[in-house]
Amino acid sequence: MPGSNEHIVSSYEEELTELARTISEMGGLVEKAVANATEALIRSDAELALTTVADDKKIDAMQNQIDEMAVSIIARRQPVALDLRLVIASIHVANDLERIGDMAKSTARRSTQFEGIAMSVQFKNGLRHMGELVQRQVRLALDAFTGRDKDIAVEVVERDTDVDALYVSLFRELLTYMMEDPRNITMCTHLLFCGKNLERVGDHATNIAEQAYFLATGKTLVADIGDLKREQIKS
Amino acid sequence: MSATETQASPVHQTVRTPDPNAHPARLKADAVSVFYGEKQALFDVSIDLPEKSVSAFIGPSGCGKSTFLRCINRMNDTIEGARVAGKITLDDHNLYDQSLDVVELRARIGMVFQKPNPFPKSIFENVAYGPKIHGLARSKADLEEIVITSLQKAGLFEEVKDRLHQPGTGLSGGQQQRLCIARAIAVGPEVILMDEPCSALDPIATAIIEELIDELRSNYTIIIVTHSMQQAARVSQKTAFFHLGKLIEEGPTEEIFTNPREKRTQDYITGRIG
Ligand SMILES: Nc1ncnc2c1ncn2[C@@H]1O[C@H](COP(=O)(O)OP(=O)(O)O)[C@@H](O)[C@H]1O
Ligand SMILES: [Mg+2]
Repeated sequence: MPGSNEHIVSSYEEELTELARTISEMGGLVEKAVANATEALIRSDAELALTTVADDKKIDAMQNQIDEMAVSIIARRQPVALDLRLVIASIHVANDLERIGDMAKSTARRSTQFEGIAMSVQFKNGLRHMGELVQRQVRLALDAFTGRDKDIAVEVVERDTDVDALYVSLFRELLTYMMEDPRNITMCTHLLFCGKNLERVGDHATNIAEQAYFLATGKTLVADIGDLKREQIKS
Repeated sequence: MSATETQASPVHQTVRTPDPNAHPARLKADAVSVFYGEKQALFDVSIDLPEKSVSAFIGPSGCGKSTFLRCINRMNDTIEGARVAGKITLDDHNLYDQSLDVVELRARIGMVFQKPNPFPKSIFENVAYGPKIHGLARSKADLEEIVITSLQKAGLFEEVKDRLHQPGTGLSGGQQQRLCIARAIAVGPEVILMDEPCSALDPIATAIIEELIDELRSNYTIIIVTHSMQQAARVSQKTAFFHLGKLIEEGPTEEIFTNPREKRTQDYITGRIG
């Protein structure tokens, strides 16, 4: 009767709980991957970089696992309403998490390529900053998803303009170093790609937040306010 | 019609999601309540039922779906001690008007029941019965024409054309149900009411009936009571959710099954209340 939140069929309830739990677990791995990749880059820690690359296999496997769980629930349970939203959103979120994992892997791999190149620490300051910001974005987006919190979801989507702004300023900064001394070009280009990777992580965090919003409300979040802000910064 | 119905029940608001693409509604219920003796089974149900589309009534058993459906063709009149309050209109004519001819009404509003109930007569006679008593056929050829087109519309003709004069009771369950649909169609109704029409059928026969309902939709106002939520989701354009005699929520089927606004609706369709 009203008031109960559990399915009458408890095995169905368990499957949905398990799906949500697996998303959280995958989210945890991905957060760690982004943190490790940034850390490996900033500290030029090749060992950490290699672990990060290797760990990405786990993330890929988890995406497959989530897809299989979702397909199986759809086929056997015909979920509707919020249950259907959870299943569909999980597929999307797992996909975004997998892409974030790829970005982390790519950043980690690239960080091993400038071994031996001398570089001033200030080159990496912008990236450190960006890394912190996107990690926060990923964490908040996952919190919004797990907690079905539409306000946090909106916050993440709006905050993405900060990530984009940071990337634009990183781009200008690195460009300045390159113009100052052409020997910086190789290094700065690598760093620029890493910055781009982090900016993409921010975009995927936004996607996850949009799925969280959909899960919480059943409506899609029109991010037009955010788009407007983005336009202003770029012009 | 009595005016005592609204005092007893607490004010209840049905949650309604309008459908901008809905066909106009010729059939409308306005504050319909039903009492079986002392017991009130239905509370102030108001709903528009659009033509050329299928409306599904869902809800736990005993919530009043059949009771409400029976109001629409005044079948509750035949139940001892049942009393109906409120108004149901078809093209703005009150179906509960004293002057209205109930027999004629039942020709305009056909009904198909849970268990196929063909008469113990031939397939032909089953379909011909209605047109005969309503005087719809002027000649034998006319009658034959009506029977054949009705069987065709019900998707049964090809299967039975060689044995029209054999008993209808010799058909399979699914065929019998289509025979009953042909029988309902034969008198040229505007509205077709179906009370769990597939609950006695196997999945294939069910699929055939559902396909048929979808074809018939373009010519009738169809209302189906179903305990299968998947069936409601598959065949209807509008869904109404009843609970404990009240119409809790109504709206476009897609909305109801993807994003219902009432918690009780959500709990029911997702399998959280039975
Ligand atoms: N002929 C009747 N006499 C007395 N009570 C009835 C009669 N028909 C239905 N009821 C009662 O009215 C309520 C609604 O029943 P019904 O409309 O058959 O529900 P549903 O079709 O949703 O399962 C139930 O509590 C049922 O017991
Ligand atoms: Mg019933």
